[in-house]
Amino acid sequence: MTSNALNANALYEKMRNELNALLAQGKRPEPLMIGIHTGGVWLAEKLHNDLEIEEELGVLDISFHRDDFEQSGLNPKVQQSKLPCSTEGRHIILVDDVIMSGRTIRAAMNELFDYGRPASVTLITLLDLQQRELPIQADIIGGTLAISPEQSVKLTGPEPLALEIRNRS
Amino acid sequence: MFEQTDPNQIQLTHDGELKHFITTEGLSREILTDILDRADSFVDMSAKQVKKVPLLRGKTVVNLFFEASTRTLSTFELAAKRLSADVLNLNISTSSTKKGETLKDTLMTLHAMHSDMFVVRHSSSGAAHFIAEHVTPDVAVINAGDGRHAHPTQAMLDMLTIRQAKGAFEPLSVAIVGDILHSRVARSQIHALRTLGVSEIRVIAPNTLLPRDIESLGVKVFTNMQEGIKDVDVVMMLRLQKERMTSALLPSESEFYKLYGLTMDKLALAKPDAVVMHPGPINRGVEIASSVADGDRSLILDQVTNGIAVRMAVMSMAMSGQTKERSELTEAGEE
Repeated sequence: MTSNALNANALYEKMRNELNALLAQGKRPEPLMIGIHTGGVWLAEKLHNDLEIEEELGVLDISFHRDDFEQSGLNPKVQQSKLPCSTEGRHIILVDDVIMSGRTIRAAMNELFDYGRPASVTLITLLDLQQRELPIQADIIGGTLAISPEQSVKLTGPEPLALEIRNRS
Repeated sequence: MFEQTDPNQIQLTHDGELKHFITTEGLSREILTDILDRADSFVDMSAKQVKKVPLLRGKTVVNLFFEASTRTLSTFELAAKRLSADVLNLNISTSSTKKGETLKDTLMTLHAMHSDMFVVRHSSSGAAHFIAEHVTPDVAVINAGDGRHAHPTQAMLDMLTIRQAKGAFEPLSVAIVGDILHSRVARSQIHALRTLGVSEIRVIAPNTLLPRDIESLGVKVFTNMQEGIKDVDVVMMLRLQKERMTSALLPSESEFYKLYGLTMDKLALAKPDAVVMHPGPINRGVEIASSVADGDRSLILDQVTNGIAVRMAVMSMAMSGQTKERSELTEAGEE
């Protein structure tokens, strides 16, 4: 863990530059960027703006595809998924704030595929907490961080974006 | 009639979440609004190629219809299927009751098949309540219409349709027209409209089709349609329930149509942007003119579409409440 591991802006810049380089290779033409509620949407809005992506931004809510319904029931606040167009044959850039177990991304991909069959999905996250429980990896990350089981990381925003470590009560 | 206790002791968990859905009566504005908000997110699903979410995957939903119905049964079936549940439709009136099996035995048999949810329609008031309280409290029970008592999912799909068309409930004046006496829909609508805070609820019907206690529900009663419909924002028609008419309450259907049928002329007395609703099935030329039912102010087909979304919302909420309560009980048992 470096001292600027939680400097959200530095992590964001690294992530944005890498994505910019990837898109410049031309292997992901006309990308469709999609943010996952809530933190992923803030980041996606910023990236969408900074990288001047033409296609309108999509947002994804994964509540209906979570795998903990048996334990915790319905998510109290369900937002709405809104995609500007069909995902059929598109190159998707999926954006989330933090990747940890990989379960959110599993749920997000299920929701995504309900809208069609994309040509590719690229995953980009600000922070990787490296506690994977599923075989899912991000293509681009801003940085990695090791936290103890009592801790969690929360992105606050949208302006300014900041990361804070919280102790679970 | 079955014995009644306060329905909210039965239909809510100790955290105040829905675990059965028996009636709209006594439910808070927060819960009713929550149902509408969740239903909204299911309405949006129509944009997807795959119109299905996995919330009730692996759960078994049994549609127990002791009384015939096409629209309610099919929308409940579709709602359960779009939530990925396994669905069993039982038309009990043509099944084992003919062989003499009691309601309780039928339910215990289905319970032994590990059902997770019963959607119940019954001609006796209080049937769903009775099942939730005495027979299978650990199975989520959704009332799909019980006698003259309640039809809460119909009322909530009507509320969703009104909210989509009008936005806020507070400024609205709403008229409910027709056979109030036999209508469980009207009762559930009145409770929901009051809780959601509309400014005025009117009921319009001949004296013979009005229950005696109706004014105690906080409604204004009109026996003259022309007076009652004046300047309302929403006209909710009811079906004339011919099958429940046991005595001569009406001179004739054509007489009823003349006095209480919704025609273009009568609708012209309501606000210019007033909308028309009907729970279906429609008796054309008895309670509503075809020109009104098929006209541009009719929301009758929106109601059907919204019925699926509302039923998905209620089913997922009740299953969520049941699941949470069950896992709490299991944890308490382990300690």
